[in-house]
Amino acid sequence: MPAPPDHDPHAVAERVARESYGRLLSHLALRWRDVSAAEDALSEAFAAALATWPAAGVPQRPEAWLATVGRRKLADQMRGLAIRHRLDLEAFEAVEAVAPPDEPASDDRLRLMLVCAHPAIDASVRPALILQVVLGLDVKQMASAFLTAPDTLNKRLVRAKAKIKATRMRFEEPGPAALAERLHVLLEAIYAAYFIGSEGSLVDGDQHDTLGKDAVYLARLVATLLPHRAEALGFHALLLFSEARRAARTDARGDFVPLLEQEVSRWDGEMMRTAYELLATAAALEQPGPFQLEAAIHGAHCYRARSGEVPWREIALLYRSLVATHPTTGAIVGMAIAAARAASDPSAGLAILGELAPDVVRTYQPYWTARAHLLAEAGRLTESILAWEQALGLTTHPRLRRHLLRQLEAARDQTH
Amino acid sequence: MEFMLLFNQPADVLEQRRDDPDAAEYWESWRRYMHEIYGAGVVKSGNALESPYLATTVRVRDGKRQVHDGPFADTKELLGGYLVIDVASLDDALRWAALSPSSQTGSTEVRPVSARLDEE
Repeated sequence: MPAPPDHDPHAVAERVARESYGRLLSHLALRWRDVSAAEDALSEAFAAALATWPAAGVPQRPEAWLATVGRRKLADQMRGLAIRHRLDLEAFEAVEAVAPPDEPASDDRLRLMLVCAHPAIDASVRPALILQVVLGLDVKQMASAFLTAPDTLNKRLVRAKAKIKATRMRFEEPGPAALAERLHVLLEAIYAAYFIGSEGSLVDGDQHDTLGKDAVYLARLVATLLPHRAEALGFHALLLFSEARRAARTDARGDFVPLLEQEVSRWDGEMMRTAYELLATAAALEQPGPFQLEAAIHGAHCYRARSGEVPWREIALLYRSLVATHPTTGAIVGMAIAAARAASDPSAGLAILGELAPDVVRTYQPYWTARAHLLAEAGRLTESILAWEQALGLTTHPRLRRHLLRQLEAARDQTH
Repeated sequence: MEFMLLFNQPADVLEQRRDDPDAAEYWESWRRYMHEIYGAGVVKSGNALESPYLATTVRVRDGKRQVHDGPFADTKELLGGYLVIDVASLDDALRWAALSPSSQTGSTEVRPVSARLDEE
């Protein structure tokens, strides 16, 4: 990325770091398939930049400068290792000879992200690993959002990188069939980061939701790098639909507002338009998939901003298609609500909820919330109160708790 | 007859053995054991295994490949290595098993290697 002329070396180093960290790191990591060594080399390169740029001036192409210095630092590190372990220095020189000096950093972020989303990497560490390698987030920044002690998160990240290296995971882009599967895992990891961010924002306010914004950045990045994969575009659309409603999720008092009660005037029209366009482009590619369906469901809800009504029949159909291929508990709960609304008959939804196994839903709060709503609509108020109590017992977020408490009190009032 | 000795060790012992500076004694105990058992000429084959966190588990269900991080089960003791030995009886195998450092902190499983395939 060519930086505009700037005379403050610190500011330039910082901007290059933010804009091209992931590009530089993936470029270095691919040379030796060693993420940790690449991270060390890159931080040394940034340190060298801060030490030399103030006196020597900012180079014409800061990113190329950092890539070259990073490659040199990495080569030094590897040469040292090769000598210490009495490895074949000729093989070392062969790898090192591949890159001509001063070649601009290639954009290998997709390959690095796909490695991080390898199914052999612990699923719980994938979101943090991707955020770290692409955006350079450090453990301290992520630990609180992931509700993990920094030491524990750090240990998991170190292990994941050690596994990538020790098992010689392939950095080559997988073939078309394998790519679809790996892409899904990658998007799931980004979705988890997004979800963790927005969950966190229920606790301490939207201004702290940088993780959610980082996840949206990653979604856009993947969609840009894979413009012909419909699921990548559909996923970007999904996060944009969700982001468009961010401001409306809380009221003036800071309390949680559920989707159906949100004021549509507070939804971001521009973002929704972009999301609809992405979804249309995705549909034209004729590669159906779960993230497109989920995005279409969000899109249908956003349709309320135009028509004033929720198109429940369409939403019920979309959920049915989603559940047919990806029967997650969340999707089945969503389908139950949509089916009940589409048929104007709460028992249609309760029947779908009734098919879920008790041990699956026991600790799943959205199930109890959906059940409470449907039971109340069916006039089964006593059971509905029990379901609200269950939902409340499974929620720790203060904002969500206040919302559920109000629902519970309203249900109790009705029985008196 | 052939037996496999499976050296199971507590997860924390397996984890620490690599970078712990106090691990010298640990490695020395294994070196002594290996020296003795190889010296007795009973070892057919064997290997130490890398740390369990580098393991990956594969299952195929309904024709679909499922890949997971980690060893097959979360147990307190994990496989750290194995030897196949050729000795006269189970009692000889048990004697070798008891001498293994893994028996001090974890356990050593002794299993006859199936001979059926060769006999048929």
